Amino acid sequence: MPTLTINGMTVDVPQGTTILNAAKEVGVEIPHYCYHPKLSIAGNCRMCLVEVEKFPKLQTACSTVVTDGMVVRTDTEKVGKAVTGVLELMLIHHPIDCPICDQAGECGLQNYYMKFGLHKSRYALEDKVHKKKVQDVGGQIVLDAERCILCSRCVRFLDEVTGTRELHFFDRGDHSEISIFPGRPLENNYTGNLADICPVGALTSKDFRFRCRVWFLKAFDSICTGCSRGCNVDAHCKGDILYRLKPRWNDAVNQAWMCDFGRLTYKAMNEARLLIPFVREEGARKVAAWGSLLPDVAFRLKAAADKGGTDRVAVIASPQSSNEELYLLRRLATELLGTKNLAFTHRVAEDGFADDFLIQADKNPNSRGAQLLGIPGGAAFDALVSKIAGGGIDALLIFGNGIGALSEEETAALLAKVPFVVQAGTNEGPVSKAATAVLPSASVAERGGTFTNHAGRVQRFRFGFPARGKAKNPIEILVGLGNRLGAGWTFAGEASVFRALAETEAPFAGMSYDSIGMFGQETKCHMS
Amino acid sequence: METVLTTHFANERYRRLDTYRQYGGYEALKKAFAMDPGQIIDEVKKANLRGRGGAGFPAGVKWGFLPKDLSRPRVLVVNADEGEPGTFKDRVIMTRGPHLLIEGIVISCFALRAHACWIYIRGEFVREARIVDEAIAEAYAAGFLGRNILGSGFDLDVTVHRGAGAYICGEETSLINSLEGKRGWPRLKPPFPASVGAFGLPTIVNNVETIADIPWIVTHGGETFAALGVEKNGGTRLIGVSGAVNRPGVYELSAGVNLKDIIYHHAGGIKDGKALKAVIPGGSSTPVLRPDEIDVSYDIESMAKIGTMAGSGGVIVIPEGTCMVRALSVLMNFYAHESCGQCTPCREGTGWLKKIVGRIEAGKGREGDVELILDLCDNMMGRTICPLADAAVMPAQSFIWKFREEFDRHIGEQKCPYGNRF
Repeated sequence: MPTLTINGMTVDVPQGTTILNAAKEVGVEIPHYCYHPKLSIAGNCRMCLVEVEKFPKLQTACSTVVTDGMVVRTDTEKVGKAVTGVLELMLIHHPIDCPICDQAGECGLQNYYMKFGLHKSRYALEDKVHKKKVQDVGGQIVLDAERCILCSRCVRFLDEVTGTRELHFFDRGDHSEISIFPGRPLENNYTGNLADICPVGALTSKDFRFRCRVWFLKAFDSICTGCSRGCNVDAHCKGDILYRLKPRWNDAVNQAWMCDFGRLTYKAMNEARLLIPFVREEGARKVAAWGSLLPDVAFRLKAAADKGGTDRVAVIASPQSSNEELYLLRRLATELLGTKNLAFTHRVAEDGFADDFLIQADKNPNSRGAQLLGIPGGAAFDALVSKIAGGGIDALLIFGNGIGALSEEETAALLAKVPFVVQAGTNEGPVSKAATAVLPSASVAERGGTFTNHAGRVQRFRFGFPARGKAKNPIEILVGLGNRLGAGWTFAGEASVFRALAETEAPFAGMSYDSIGMFGQETKCHMS
Repeated sequence: METVLTTHFANERYRRLDTYRQYGGYEALKKAFAMDPGQIIDEVKKANLRGRGGAGFPAGVKWGFLPKDLSRPRVLVVNADEGEPGTFKDRVIMTRGPHLLIEGIVISCFALRAHACWIYIRGEFVREARIVDEAIAEAYAAGFLGRNILGSGFDLDVTVHRGAGAYICGEETSLINSLEGKRGWPRLKPPFPASVGAFGLPTIVNNVETIADIPWIVTHGGETFAALGVEKNGGTRLIGVSGAVNRPGVYELSAGVNLKDIIYHHAGGIKDGKALKAVIPGGSSTPVLRPDEIDVSYDIESMAKIGTMAGSGGVIVIPEGTCMVRALSVLMNFYAHESCGQCTPCREGTGWLKKIVGRIEAGKGREGDVELILDLCDNMMGRTICPLADAAVMPAQSFIWKFREEFDRHIGEQKCPYGNRF
């Protein structure tokens, strides 16, 4: 392993490590724009210049590989002047429109100016080169060529990650700009990532534009619920409103990326939410209180089982629920209600679209978790729907907002066959428009838990903010119902449920929130 | 004095294969085929042949950088993108003696064990490209190119590739990108072209003049060639003299000729009996010299000693009465126009230099502008992937260092003392 001395500190690094990455190891910050760990090295922004002993010229830390005995300094006057000099040149044509720029607060130019610049402008205002602002280049992206520092990250992303190559460099010298060919806009499912990797405000998200200043946002770790890939995300909220999802790096799942569809799944957590418990009496909604509604629901489920037999009670689970919730729901159905009528609803993309990168056809985050916890889907679910349609069910507990791909009319017709339908769901949908009782539940952002992705990887999502309105954590709902059915459960929070689950469920044996950690853990047995 | 390249250039028919052969053309090739490839490389090393494109890197040493194993095909690329303002020597070779180039290519490829060669000719050279194309067709027809050349068993294909008019494509790695059909951006090194070059193959890029010297070296031996020049600078050079001289043109002179002699003896002195004001000695990017500095040998080391370069052999003679600010402004316009836009310091810096020098010339210079130029130069020099930023900085710095008073006068008087005339 070559040994590098940087600013007097010595560090051993693996063969092939660049100066920039070695510096990170010892906490030395080397400013950079064009370098991105997931893209090829371009070396063209020239911000990462460092002094290397025996080299007459300053070297780019991003592209220079450490050799044994190399001595590097980043704290000399020469390096300082070079970095400030490059930064000055990046800024001479920049419009400095930070007050109306969405990147402000997380902008590479602002951050490095405060750290390495703080120079006065020496450039004449009338000399600025003007380029086209506010260009819709397709996908989720708006391009402002004046703010661009031509680092080429976006061009490399479209070349190396999506392979679609829509953005290119045009013109030369200080008139250089990136753009698309006329009539050939961004056409891939991963355009949102361009706004993430753009270190400045040149590529911004159409969805997030002018919505919120970033310094008001709070971030928490979450998992995208858009498909069974389970991309790790940072969810950004202000108060109890979500503003955006950004990919959180996880090399085992999504590297540094996420798809455009998943990126917009946060909207459902803001809009058309079920916030107040209610019952439907003679077709009209009547607000109910949790204190009386939960015992009432438990009573009526039990009564149906007692009256017509456990075979006339059914539970539809949701692959949008966490492992913890599915575990409790299974126990509630099989142990407390004693019914075999348990299946999870499934929803796949209408066109069955999946790609060989991130997007999966199964549009649920936890179908694999439901299977591993012994809840059947597929044929069992179809059989259960047939049974309901045949009038074979008197009381039905539904988790989730929809039943398969049934439309509102189809759902209403199906549920009309069941005298008592209780729903625990997050959003207005076909089910909430037909259910007898509705128990509003917390969204993914409002609760914690784990999902098991398509590859059997268990990943945690975290609590972001308290549930809106009177919505409750589904675990609380399940424990409330369970105890009124005689369970005697003492679970408090998802962690305690997971501990119990890990003790009895073979695929999860030996797992804990600690062992799952930041990046998830694979289950032991793999189901096909 | 003995000449290597231009001996028969006066004969217009020398560009035709039959005339070329009457003067002993392609005899060197026959000799080369009887030699071992390693022997040819040794002769080139002994010849002290320095690259004629501008950097002056020893050609034999460059050839030695090719990987030893022959598992990947190698290619030779001839740089005929002659774009440095003030330089116009390669076009003379291409128009007057294209077979010198082609014979040089075949011998070089045989020595390098390359079976493919591209000649990258600058876009503006329409006539030159046509003549080279015709010469290549002649060579194929006569069996000097193609399969089993002269029964030696050696195969070689030569293709002309036309540039599209970018100065930067004279830089070898952007030339390679352009040749591959990509945007002409210089590549980050390493890897160097000798290991990963055109189409990912080990590649040697040589200037037209460098390659055209090869047949003579093979015929007469490396040491004979070296003796035509001075220490470390073998042979002769084609030197293009332009500007205010009585006989502008291309001269083949010893690599160790005196710069003052080039101007006053070979090029006939300054036009209209004027005094000399300045000399740009080796193409527009080389630092300018004052008249008292030109009594110097034109070899690479001697020129470096006085802080300038022999570069690509383009001597630009500037007479008294020329506004040096205006002259620099012209150069800065050129570099700002030709910066490829890849590296920040060059992309933004060349444009800024153009604007500052331009406003000084226009009588709108500001207090501190000269210091600003010098500081900006310091922030650009050596900070980019390729040397284009340096090429813009070297004239800017040297014009100010050597003609500072003209810049100060422009700013002080808020007008051009020369009345804005060139």
